[in-house]
Amino acid sequence: MFKLFGKLSKKDLLYAIICVILVAFQVWLDLKLPDYMSEITRLVQTSGSHMRDILIQGGYMMLCAIGSLISAIIVGYFAALISASFSRKLRKDIFNHTLTFGMNEIKNFQTSSLITRTTNDVTQIEMVIAMGLQMLIKAPIMAVWAISKIVNKSLEWSALTGSCVIILLITIICLMIIVLPRFKIVQKLIDKINGVTRENLTGIRVIHAFNAEDFQLNRFEDVNSTLTRTQLFNQRCFAVLNPVMNLIMHFLTLGIYFIGAYLIMNASMPEKITLFGDMVVFTSYGMQVIMSFLMLAMIFMMWPRAQVSAGRINEVLDQKTSLKDGNVLDGVKGMTGTIQFKDVSFKYPDAEGYLLKNISFTINKGETVAFIGSTGSGKSTLINLIPRFYDVSEGSIYVDGVDVKDYKLDHLHHKIGYVPQKAFMFNDSVYNNVAYGDNGKETTSKRVNDAIRIAQADEFINKMDNGLESHIARGGTNISGGQKQRLAIARAIAYDPEIYIFDDSFSALDYKTDSTLRKELKEYTKNATTIIVAQRIGTILNADKIIVLDRGKCVGIGRHKDLMKNCEVYKEIALSQLSKEELDNA
Amino acid sequence: MPRGGRNFEKSKDFKGSMKRLLSNLRPWRVMLIIALSLAMISAILALISPNKLSDLADMITSGLTPRINTETVSDIMSDQTISANDKLAFSQLLENAKTEDEDILIKLEELPKPIYEKIKPEMNIKKITKLSLVLAIIYIVSALMSFIQSLILSTISNRFAQKLRSRISTKINLLPLSYFDHNETGDVLSRITNDVDTIAQHLNQSLSVLVTSITLFLGSILMMFITNWIMALTAIISSLIGFAFMGLILGKSQKYFIQRQKQLGNLNGHIEEIYSGHNIVKAYNGEKSASLEFDALNNRLYYCNRKSQFLSGLMQPIMGFVGNFGYVAVCVVGALLTSNNIISFGVIVAFMIYVRLFTNPLNQIAQALTFLQSTAAASERVFELLDEKELPNEDEVTISIDNDKVKGNIVFDHVKFSYDGKNDVIKDFSASVKAGEKIAIVGPTGAGKTTMVNLLMKFYDIKSGDIYIDGISTKKLTRQNIHDLFVMVLQDTWLFDGTIRDNLKFNNTNVTDEEIMNALKTVGINHFVTTLPGGLDAKIGDSETVSQGQKQLMTIARGMLKKAPFLILDEATSNVDTRTEELVQKAMDKLTIGKTSFIIAHRLSTIKNADLILVMQDGNIVEQGTHDTLIAANGFYASLYNSQFEK
Repeated sequence: MFKLFGKLSKKDLLYAIICVILVAFQVWLDLKLPDYMSEITRLVQTSGSHMRDILIQGGYMMLCAIGSLISAIIVGYFAALISASFSRKLRKDIFNHTLTFGMNEIKNFQTSSLITRTTNDVTQIEMVIAMGLQMLIKAPIMAVWAISKIVNKSLEWSALTGSCVIILLITIICLMIIVLPRFKIVQKLIDKINGVTRENLTGIRVIHAFNAEDFQLNRFEDVNSTLTRTQLFNQRCFAVLNPVMNLIMHFLTLGIYFIGAYLIMNASMPEKITLFGDMVVFTSYGMQVIMSFLMLAMIFMMWPRAQVSAGRINEVLDQKTSLKDGNVLDGVKGMTGTIQFKDVSFKYPDAEGYLLKNISFTINKGETVAFIGSTGSGKSTLINLIPRFYDVSEGSIYVDGVDVKDYKLDHLHHKIGYVPQKAFMFNDSVYNNVAYGDNGKETTSKRVNDAIRIAQADEFINKMDNGLESHIARGGTNISGGQKQRLAIARAIAYDPEIYIFDDSFSALDYKTDSTLRKELKEYTKNATTIIVAQRIGTILNADKIIVLDRGKCVGIGRHKDLMKNCEVYKEIALSQLSKEELDNA
Repeated sequence: MPRGGRNFEKSKDFKGSMKRLLSNLRPWRVMLIIALSLAMISAILALISPNKLSDLADMITSGLTPRINTETVSDIMSDQTISANDKLAFSQLLENAKTEDEDILIKLEELPKPIYEKIKPEMNIKKITKLSLVLAIIYIVSALMSFIQSLILSTISNRFAQKLRSRISTKINLLPLSYFDHNETGDVLSRITNDVDTIAQHLNQSLSVLVTSITLFLGSILMMFITNWIMALTAIISSLIGFAFMGLILGKSQKYFIQRQKQLGNLNGHIEEIYSGHNIVKAYNGEKSASLEFDALNNRLYYCNRKSQFLSGLMQPIMGFVGNFGYVAVCVVGALLTSNNIISFGVIVAFMIYVRLFTNPLNQIAQALTFLQSTAAASERVFELLDEKELPNEDEVTISIDNDKVKGNIVFDHVKFSYDGKNDVIKDFSASVKAGEKIAIVGPTGAGKTTMVNLLMKFYDIKSGDIYIDGISTKKLTRQNIHDLFVMVLQDTWLFDGTIRDNLKFNNTNVTDEEIMNALKTVGINHFVTTLPGGLDAKIGDSETVSQGQKQLMTIARGMLKKAPFLILDEATSNVDTRTEELVQKAMDKLTIGKTSFIIAHRLSTIKNADLILVMQDGNIVEQGTHDTLIAANGFYASLYNSQFEK
């Protein structure tokens, strides 16, 4: 938490110092109030005092109150300024830092966790600062000042106030010890309720088909009753807090009066009136002392939650990205559009086994190269190495004759049009979704239109209400899977890259659309190098080069006909999809 | 919706929702009434105590000043034991007191003992002790009552929340599947957690606060007027000025709070989008534009944040000021009245507390009302879900088909269906399936393949036409009965968070481990399962250890363990590579012997050996026959099939 405070700018710190001074001023005024109060009391008590004096004292008291209000408003203004600009800065830092992450870091943190760290955790801290900052400054000043005012007035009253504070603190500490760990449990149980319900919703057809409604309900009720039990316990504990607080405050006043009666009785005549004035003042100072301790206790209650959030944020900010930017801007002349893998091996940094082992091959300009292999053979992993989503563990990859690690990252990405397995849509218009990205050139609307036509997306876009300007919802929920895939492909075409990478991007298209699309794409981008990962043999039958992967190893490179003869794995895959005659005829 | 953000949603029909909410609380009404009465009594006690405290203050004051009045003076003068000299000094002192009162108290104390004893201030300590005791008892009783009251209320609100959650969860399984076509998972989830939570929390807090505050508010006004009407008016008017001011600010800050929620939502949406599309953002160099948009959204949030926080932060100081202002007004007017001997000092003390008792509840009532407002909005969403139309009741159904006796013939007779009531997805589907046949349904995306299966399973009701199982219309059978007849394996690999054993058993409790292992062996992952830590006891959660393909194989195994005469495979092997698929297919073929099975597949290779292939396009069967006859016919199927090899 304190580490994050280092992010406060000099200006913010200046504001904070102003706050401290103003709060001190405010406390001084607040504590001055009882003085005037006692003065008024004394005047009222003494017969023969003039109304004018009372009014003057009342006026001073009002001035104090107004002064306190004004400084409180100014402090509130600065506190809001500090907390809002602090959270803005924090969010920005986390967001920009996350943008530099490679896939490795994203995978380690998990996307959903990164999202809550950037949003909820920051909000959590912001709230603590907004509320806590004032209290944090005010409570100690108030406590010390109020105590110093009353400490030598009467030992008996001080002892009473002290014991009230102690009882209050003990109650709060006990509550925290008992309840705080259970708060975490409640959070987990709520996640669980969410989880079970989500399962029920996503698996509704399965549950119906198995007549498993009661089974599912039982699982829900288990969590539901545990949650209720835990929450009930927490709230029952907390039910103690309010009555105890009220009791303490009331008993403090009563106690001061009661003790006061004895003190006054035993005092000498002239001291009696002074003692009485002191008594009235003491009740309000005593209350102030208790209040300031209450504030401190509240900060202590908020602190652990903020601390957890701060820890999670620091984890993100301290995570160094594994991607190191290079400085080469362009490839070797004459080698444009080529890709070369030299003895490439890959494993996740913390993992034991290799996902890819000693892969070597060369792709020439304009070639179409397909990767095939069973699930888990490493196809997607392999192509993810080209745009440096991950870095190779051993060996190297050359694009246009230059090691990918030496490129300036955005210049490497200029060359590559990547379409992932799961098409990703932005919450924006169709046009902006297709024209997305920065490839160092201007994307013309002609290029976008061509891309849409080639990706076979024009038909359904024309049917949409606003054509190219139609809005696509977050995550593309308002269009079908196949439509999303076509738009994702159009995006890659509009990006005008030297190299296309299709990671199983045709899976949601039917055979007909799939083959028309690829045919038109080939015509449009004669010079581009194309890399395809596919499941269907039909999709890759005509590739210039097919690379067969099996458990992370390259077990065959060649054209379809050659592989049918000399690659056992390929043959098995092919025969599992098509009959011998069909394959021979193809 | 992000937690921690305050919810200021307005309800559509506040009155109606509150009424409904209260009527739902009926089972707890006795407890509720007890709790609220306790809250009221505790508030009344809080109102009485200032009066007692003022009596206490008066008693102490009366022990403050010397008793110099006609009675004591004549007593002294007539006392024979006091010397005439002393009497003279005393009366001289009294004369002087009228002109200069500086040292009078000291001089009084220096008077001879017999006189001093008579005029010495006397503290009635006995009475004070008694009154203090009474006050202490009042405080303790009041605290106890509010403690019991909040115990009861938290019990009610939590039990109520539990019940609401149960009702929603039960409801989910009673809803027609079409409901889930229009509603997002996140929306339903937020109703079961956030909304129910809001209802429970706010109900718990606001009900007792409301009762206490209203009692305090009305009571304090009453008590003030009873005690002294001039002081009462002073206190009320001075506080109201403050509150008008506060209302102004509150209205303004509300606006910024709503905006803040909106901006926070926008920003969160952007963050979510960029993080989840991280690889695309990177590959297309979208970092700069993402960062720019982020800054714009972040700035807008900053602006609303600052405003709303500043304005809401003003509440506390203004409240304090209103308190002080009322205090001064009460003191000044009180002093005026005291000096004119209209009221005693104790009244001022009482009013100091009344001012606080009067201003606090107003603030709390306002807060409780905003709480109730969001409670109403939340309960509207919960009730909306609970009111959704359920699947038709099937109590009157008498016919059922027994699992063991079913033959296995299915007839589709001119089936028509639409999801939205307007556009027919299935236009006119007729087919006849004989017992033990393997039927494949193929066609392009959106042709209605999955819809056919949904109708067969009676997940949706047919618009017109009918489906017959062994000659009995499915309309006359219960859904449960039909579901018992079918084994269904779907494309999505749905498994719940639990052990592999529990997942494979599912609701089928009398399955042995041996049977489970056999099923796993059939789909070829028995070896994989035994390598997992715990074997069958290994948990399937979010763990990365079990791949999508392996999960799908488990769902197939789960289907195998259910013994039923019909089998539906809806793209059941799409996540598995073709080699594994072939293995599974062989196993399935063994399983489907004697069973009537329906297979929907993307990969045409999977279904070549089907007894009947139904080719669907736009909700109709356009062709049917075996693979060979359809290829020979050279129609839609053939073109679909051949497009795999096109150059």
